[in-house]
Amino acid sequence: MIITKKKGFSKILEYLKDRKNIYLFGCDSCAEQCETGGEKEVKAMAELLKKEGKYITGSSIPAETCYSMLVKKHFREDKEAVENTDAFLVLACGAGVKAVADAAGDGKPVFPALDSLYLANVTRYGHFFEGCSLCGECVLGETGGICPHTQCPKGLLNGPCGGMANGRCEVNMENNCAWVMIYQRLKAQGRLDVLKRIAPPKDYSGSVKPKMLVVESRIKK
Amino acid sequence: MQTLKESLASKKFTITAEICPPKGTDTADFLKKARLLKDKIAAANVTDNQRAVMRLSSLACSVLLLREGIDPVFQMTCRDRNRIAIQSDILGAWVLGIKNILALSGDHVSFGDHREAKAVFDLDSVQLVQVIKKLNNGTNMKDTPLKGGTDFLIGAVVAPEADPWEPEMIKFEKKIEAGARFFQTQAIYDMEKFHKFYEYAKKNDVKILGGILLLKSAKMAHFLNNNVPGITVPNHLIDELEKSKDQLEKGIEIAARQVKELKGFCDGAHIMAIGQEESVVNIIEAAG
Repeated sequence: MIITKKKGFSKILEYLKDRKNIYLFGCDSCAEQCETGGEKEVKAMAELLKKEGKYITGSSIPAETCYSMLVKKHFREDKEAVENTDAFLVLACGAGVKAVADAAGDGKPVFPALDSLYLANVTRYGHFFEGCSLCGECVLGETGGICPHTQCPKGLLNGPCGGMANGRCEVNMENNCAWVMIYQRLKAQGRLDVLKRIAPPKDYSGSVKPKMLVVESRIKK
Repeated sequence: MQTLKESLASKKFTITAEICPPKGTDTADFLKKARLLKDKIAAANVTDNQRAVMRLSSLACSVLLLREGIDPVFQMTCRDRNRIAIQSDILGAWVLGIKNILALSGDHVSFGDHREAKAVFDLDSVQLVQVIKKLNNGTNMKDTPLKGGTDFLIGAVVAPEADPWEPEMIKFEKKIEAGARFFQTQAIYDMEKFHKFYEYAKKNDVKILGGILLLKSAKMAHFLNNNVPGITVPNHLIDELEKSKDQLEKGIEIAARQVKELKGFCDGAHIMAIGQEESVVNIIEAAG
């Protein structure tokens, strides 16, 4: 799940300055669960923009706005409204904004209504915790399933920093130190030998952007 | 001038102290403090944008100390540079005449004056020690031979009062394995606990300099407890400061008492007098 948060409305008005006819995109997946881009939020945004004198040409809430082909389908199905639009406002993560921007092409501007924050675990209903940074080289096998790249603000790989106090993190004392948690878990599993080995510097060579993957077996012939 | 390396090898009690670079290019005050400390200490640590507050570079200030005839300990954190810049700056330090280096992770940018900055941490402190060891052996961290290597005395930091202790102990042992030869500890508050740490640490071939932090006032002690990572000044010391007429004088007395205790068993002391470097001389003299 990708966590998003709403940008300030003044920023959105700045984007839409000099644009009258606006088309809204939401997302019925992650942004719906974060309450940043589901039906309720898209409706609320439409009302706010109307009060500012904008005309809403239409809106779409794809099941998953990061699916480019799904977004293109919505463009085809709402062709007339899309043609009468001056600008698109997207209440979805950055991947959703990109999908809409690709579908809109060079002619019409697309603006984000949200900031994309992180990949989350849903720990409880409405509770979203960052547990993975998509770093490209998983170390969870050496760290008891607790990610030092993500749960340690410094991303240290060989143990706690000098700021750890009473098992808490120097950056946010409400959080447990990731390395103390890793230590406790590996100890409980009788695997402290893993912790005693020096972890080498991270290999970022596989992290050159933009990343792309084609799964050959899934391509329809 | 006697170097840190010579002082540690001589087995006499070695005193180092920390000097903080200025927030700008006016080095007059920095040099004034350095000159006061000259010949009173074996080496002076130059901090690397401590607490993530941007200051004059630790490399430049280390070279300024060399010119004054003071042996610098060049502090290098992992916070602001990636592995390319780190190696390059370390080689640079060597050709400029610096012989001692202290490897640290570095305080997080969220404590500093540039909170919008990207925190780098491409390496951690254990890996940084390994990298310096490789440069000492004449290769870069990719094992490619260098046209001229380094021969640094490599230092690192340990927190003997860390709670829980075992994960910190494991990291300390990794730093030794990686090539650290001397340790400057975080501030000591429980001398008995420190003595036990020292006995354990000395099973390895390393030198330990006990960290002494000058408490200028009770107010400062409260500030440290609330704002500085890894420091917890105990209440009995804060009480002692609060009850005294001259809190700075009392702070110097406490620090001198701690240095004196260290003289009984330890390799040396590392005095941190954040912004009050002129008092280091008083501490050393009062410790006898």
